[in-house]
Amino acid sequence: MKILVTAKRLMDPETKIKLKKDNSGVDLEGVKFVVNPFDENAIEEALRLKEKHGGEVVVVSIGKPEVVEQIRTGLAMGGDRGIHVNADGEIDSDAVARILAKLVEEEKPDLVLMGKQAVDDDSSQAGQLLAEYLGWGQACFASKVEVNGTTATVTREVDGGLETLELQLPALVTADLRLNEPRYASLPGIMKAKKKEVKEVTPASLGVDVAPKVKVTGVTVPPARSAGKKVESVQELVQMLKTEAKVL
Amino acid sequence: MAKILVVAEQYLGQLRSATLSAVSAARAAAEKTGGDYAILVLGSNVGEVADKLTGYGASKVLVADNPVLERYLAESYGKVVADVAKAEGAELVLMTSTTTGKDLLPRVAARLGAGMASDITEVLGAKAFKRPMFAGNVIASVEVTTPVVVASVRGTAYSPAEATGGASAKETVSADPGTPKTKFVSFDETKSDRPGLTEARIVVSGGRGTKGDFKPIEQLADALGAAMGASRAAVDAGWVPNDMQVGQTGKVVAPELYIAVGISGAIQHWAGMKDSKVIVAINKDGEAPIFQGADYGLIGDLFKVVPELVDEFKKAGVGA
Repeated sequence: MKILVTAKRLMDPETKIKLKKDNSGVDLEGVKFVVNPFDENAIEEALRLKEKHGGEVVVVSIGKPEVVEQIRTGLAMGGDRGIHVNADGEIDSDAVARILAKLVEEEKPDLVLMGKQAVDDDSSQAGQLLAEYLGWGQACFASKVEVNGTTATVTREVDGGLETLELQLPALVTADLRLNEPRYASLPGIMKAKKKEVKEVTPASLGVDVAPKVKVTGVTVPPARSAGKKVESVQELVQMLKTEAKVL
Repeated sequence: MAKILVVAEQYLGQLRSATLSAVSAARAAAEKTGGDYAILVLGSNVGEVADKLTGYGASKVLVADNPVLERYLAESYGKVVADVAKAEGAELVLMTSTTTGKDLLPRVAARLGAGMASDITEVLGAKAFKRPMFAGNVIASVEVTTPVVVASVRGTAYSPAEATGGASAKETVSADPGTPKTKFVSFDETKSDRPGLTEARIVVSGGRGTKGDFKPIEQLADALGAAMGASRAAVDAGWVPNDMQVGQTGKVVAPELYIAVGISGAIQHWAGMKDSKVIVAINKDGEAPIFQGADYGLIGDLFKVVPELVDEFKKAGVGA
């Protein structure tokens, strides 16, 4: 089976946030970048499905030439080839979905696997938008994926429990964190990845207008909570909660 | 004047209380823009849910009742919501950002050619909102540029709407759910007598410090009639189910009292609970970042401290 996976480049989530001087966005100068952690789960799952059923894993990333680093990470984990959609500036979730829809038309994968959200803008939209644009079924927040011929049985992490759906392939699945434990790239994997093909396309070559439907007009940092008191005993704690915080 | 459509959430004919946060957001948006809001209920046998929602000040309650809609599927629900929004000329479609809201609304947006703002915490205008990004460490102002706007509402930012009395007219809408390619197989419900995480007045959460033993957390939660949560580390380790996860990638809660037990306080955990009114941290590491924002900190071994705390609460006659 052929699987398309995404590898979004974003700021290492452990990094301390700094805003740009004009408060137009987060200052990304000099920070470390990683593959979106949920995309790593998606890549891992794609590789496991390939190991079981055979096929090909294609790793896609959208952005400036630097995002090829994240594609190479996916290839070092075991992906077969990459597609770099070379685009500058802000690309919103809707543009991502329309770009991916075009790539799906060309590549005709059986499955698209993505992270359930990117931990920079935290929107959790691109996968669902893509499924609708393609007229496909979807299973978001997946914790288990099984492919049986022309269908996939997917368990989803939803409010109040676990839901299982049967999807007709091709379909869209987004990965939740318990889907798997992503592997580390091995040294031979990293060496091999350097030689794997990464094709470059652009939104224009795909015929996609990336003018944003949602624009960030400014950012602020919310006021931090300040440290309160240290209490010495459980008795003191209960007393404080009763008489000072009055929450009991 | 914006026409607003609120999508209600129900499960097998029972209203999900999260819906009322979206109603609150709709009220705020209606006030800002001088518009009004209708509420859409969709499902199978949802008459009672619709009746209940007539008391919340909506211009009308629209009902799409169809056996095909018994189980939520993104494809069929997405089509019905988008079709109704079009027929009603809705300019703003709102739903609370539950897992269903997150799953559904982007599909609605795609069908409406609408831009979507996720997890809004403030309505600045018909097309302008505030929303958290980067695990809540950044609050962004966003502007949607399309004629129709879709937005999911962060539940903790809007307290549940109170019933206003009065009765909105009910209107049946014909809805073609199409033919979804996806089949519902099963729902394995987490059984619990405890209150729901996002609705509870008190939440007790456990983390890595429990080393997988959540008994003290359970006992404390039971003593207080509290909901039980967990950090991502505890979920990652497979100690507790993912729907207990509080944080950027789990649930966002804002109870009156949040007790973090054996949780170090990573950025991603703070994102899920920092709007709680009072935060208590119990951790044996006095340097843990959780103490930097907690209102009350107690340094100690949770396996010793928590049972004592349970006794003390019982002595003080608080909780359940």
